[in-house]
Amino acid sequence: MEATNQKIELTVTVNGTRYEREIEPRMLLSDFLRHEIGLTGTHVGCEHGVCGACSVLMDDQPVRSCLMFAVQTQGHEITTVEGLGTMDALSPVQQAFHEAHGLQCGFCTPGILTTVTAFLETNPDPSEEEAREAISGNLCRCTGYQHIVDAVLLAAKKKQAAG
Amino acid sequence: MATLDHNDKKVIGKRVVRNEDPRLLTGQAQYVDDVDLPGMAHAAMFRSEYAHARILSLDVSKARAYPGVLAVFTADDMGADCYPGPPLVSPPPTVKDVVFNSRRQVPLVKEKVRHAGEVIAVVVAETRYIAEDAADLIDIEYEPLPVVADIEQALEADSPLVHDDLDSNLAAQLIQTKGDYEAARKSADVLIRRRFTIERGTAAAMENRGIVAQWDAKSESLTVWDTTQAPIPIRNGLAARLGLSESKVRVIAPFIGGGFGPKIMMFYSEEMLVPWLAIKLNRPVKWIEDRRENFYATTQERGQVHDVEMAFTRDGKILGIKDDFIHDTGAYDPYGLTTPLNTQSHVMGGYDIKNFTSEFKVAFTNKTIVTPMRGAGRPHGVYVIERMMDIAAKELGIDRVEIRRRNLIQPDAFPYEHGIIDQAFAPLIFDSGNYQAALDETLKAIGYEKFVKEEQPRYRAEGRRVGIGVLPFIETTGVGPYEGARVTVEANGKIAVATGVGTQGQGHFTSFAQIVAEQVGVDVTDVRITTGDSAHFNWGTGTFASRGAVVAGNAMHAAAVMVRKKIFKLASKVLNAPEEELELENGVVRVADIPQSSISLKDLAVLANPLRGAVEPGTEPGLEATAYYGPQYGPTAFGVHAMIAEIDPETMMIKILRYVVTEDCGTILNPLILEGQVHGGVALGLGNAYYEKLHFDENAQLLNASFMDYLLVGSTEMPRIDVRHLETRSPLNELGTKGAGEAGAIPVPALFAQTMEDALYDYNFEIRETPLNPNRLFEIVREEKTT
Repeated sequence: MEATNQKIELTVTVNGTRYEREIEPRMLLSDFLRHEIGLTGTHVGCEHGVCGACSVLMDDQPVRSCLMFAVQTQGHEITTVEGLGTMDALSPVQQAFHEAHGLQCGFCTPGILTTVTAFLETNPDPSEEEAREAISGNLCRCTGYQHIVDAVLLAAKKKQAAG
Repeated sequence: MATLDHNDKKVIGKRVVRNEDPRLLTGQAQYVDDVDLPGMAHAAMFRSEYAHARILSLDVSKARAYPGVLAVFTADDMGADCYPGPPLVSPPPTVKDVVFNSRRQVPLVKEKVRHAGEVIAVVVAETRYIAEDAADLIDIEYEPLPVVADIEQALEADSPLVHDDLDSNLAAQLIQTKGDYEAARKSADVLIRRRFTIERGTAAAMENRGIVAQWDAKSESLTVWDTTQAPIPIRNGLAARLGLSESKVRVIAPFIGGGFGPKIMMFYSEEMLVPWLAIKLNRPVKWIEDRRENFYATTQERGQVHDVEMAFTRDGKILGIKDDFIHDTGAYDPYGLTTPLNTQSHVMGGYDIKNFTSEFKVAFTNKTIVTPMRGAGRPHGVYVIERMMDIAAKELGIDRVEIRRRNLIQPDAFPYEHGIIDQAFAPLIFDSGNYQAALDETLKAIGYEKFVKEEQPRYRAEGRRVGIGVLPFIETTGVGPYEGARVTVEANGKIAVATGVGTQGQGHFTSFAQIVAEQVGVDVTDVRITTGDSAHFNWGTGTFASRGAVVAGNAMHAAAVMVRKKIFKLASKVLNAPEEELELENGVVRVADIPQSSISLKDLAVLANPLRGAVEPGTEPGLEATAYYGPQYGPTAFGVHAMIAEIDPETMMIKILRYVVTEDCGTILNPLILEGQVHGGVALGLGNAYYEKLHFDENAQLLNASFMDYLLVGSTEMPRIDVRHLETRSPLNELGTKGAGEAGAIPVPALFAQTMEDALYDYNFEIRETPLNPNRLFEIVREEKTT
């Protein structure tokens, strides 16, 4: 097992900002986001693609950042939780999670917020069952999901009201 | 004026949204793995592959030579610094003839590994990638030893020994009795005997463990970020271990991604190692556990085997219970007897039982260490008693709700003294409750009568197997020793509050703020809580045993009451009006009938901390107070769960159609947060009932150490839960609170078993084990049918 010092140049847009970095080809996207460019809002819960905490959007589609190499994002656009809204101006989805108490420890939350943001683009008026299905790839150990489901449905209403 | 008027609460009890949310929702909350320090090195642990083996040789030279590696340490390299951690909980001093053999984990194993995943060496490198690469280059030779994988076999005479210096694998033994069980059984109409098996699960907080340590050689001070539920004890323990003054060690438990019990330890090997490494290398060191390590190295819980006998009269009155059980502590027992004592405290449930005897034996096995996990021995006790009640109901031909009603402790029987000790070695006393009311509320909410009389016969006529379950549980909560809080009105008019407990998602930044806002007359968003940072509050024990709202909450209330008094005293002087005529609201003190005569808290805070001028002797600066709360014994919460579920007897797949929880945890601080706690508890309980089991093979190797194989309950498995609240205030503390953090999880496996037996009414079987899964339930139903 020899160390590979070979590095690859990566250009990627994250939350609207262009980043150019020289990185090892084996660097995971989750590690790149968290440790290379300091966007620690994306969390790593299992490192094998099951828990969904590390979900981010690549060209508006949810992906598991622990299952991707950073170099695979060459030329793509990534959105992380930091790109959804700010503390003073929460996105409709973030606001709905706040109002419905859709989070407790908050660790799984970033992956759920990105997943739900993308989901409501494709299904703006989901039923409860569809909302449950939409977050079934994200594990949460705190909430029992009920308030998360409430938040998804509330977010849909908020987005519709906002037009 | 200053005490809490429960009929006129302005903030406590309101569905307030959480102060901490905006930070968490935008990725701005700091967790341990988010700490990034200049020059930070990264550690990787080299762990045992075997559950029980002697280390014949260990060669780390290739790892040391690997480019980017800073150091590799083994037990030999650590020398005299490699000694076991302290006992976190000592054995109970008040019980006669207690056996307790304390054996604790070390930072690095030298001679013999006692469970798979024990740490043998640690690699420190420039990056985590390099550290993990290098750990793979360590050469080790083991002599595998016979393995202790089963808790019953562990106590047999010919069992291999986990600890060679002991005569057996007996870690502890304790008997508690009440009344005279032998006499009770002689007078019984019916004796029922059963054996129950409860197997291990894991807490699986979404955030794995992690530690970052930074040593400042010039000031000889150490800062540690730790995913711990108990930052102050970790600070004190680290200072003692490293020979530092406590004032030179700061432990910060920042935002923690779920705790559920296992994040309170003294100490995990890594918790002893990482700070030591930071000092040794004079560089910041970070270690972050991965999920696989979490499955092997983070503590687990639930393994017990019970042999129970219960004595009943013909009309279903309980005369007594005898429960002997074995508890699995894994390879070491740093957490004393907390879990099995909790089981003993709950095996009488909420019932009026006069005669009780229970002996437990704790066994060492070659498995991961056991420490309390959400529920912490309580689900076991409730499982045993409630399964026995179901069996008794069937054998005696009494309705299962009715037999419970006949035995529940009556509202006028409180405080109900059991005469045994609880997990905190305090007397087991149920302070208050109205158990019948909670049962009635639940039956009404789930529609018990209608379901049993109308709906179920209709389902059965259609060939559908739909069952109902209803059962009560108790939860001892809010144990000592104490917590504290400091409340300060700052010069900006905001309220700063600090406490020593850690927080892992329970909403402390909001519920504690509500307690303080109630007294200090400000908006909840103007109260800023700091938890879990030893630099901000110096005293405390931690977040465990459903005690935050009770113990820290009442300390917070006491401090806020003191600050309120100070506010009124100073405002009276400044406004030249008697205290009785003052009102405090929206951050302003007013004279009741003269609205223009007022002063803001902001201005009062400045006046309370003058920069020049004379003050009266004995004056304390500021509008600040620190208070502590320590209960003699903890309050006991009560609740009833009910479930209606359908099962397909071919696949054993289930669908939960209705789920009702009635929770009575005394004064409610925030129903929104409370409901969230209950929902999450039920989800874990459902996992413990039907999805989550750690499968160890005969070599004590874990076969399902990933989220692909260990099934957590997902959004599509969870039903909607209807939570009802009763508020029987605890007379033990001023707020009247009881804990609720673990409540949701406690009765679910027992409820699930009752519901399944009711649903599969046309099969002759009995559930005596948990967790189940569809396959295992199929086997049980088949086995019993064919016998």
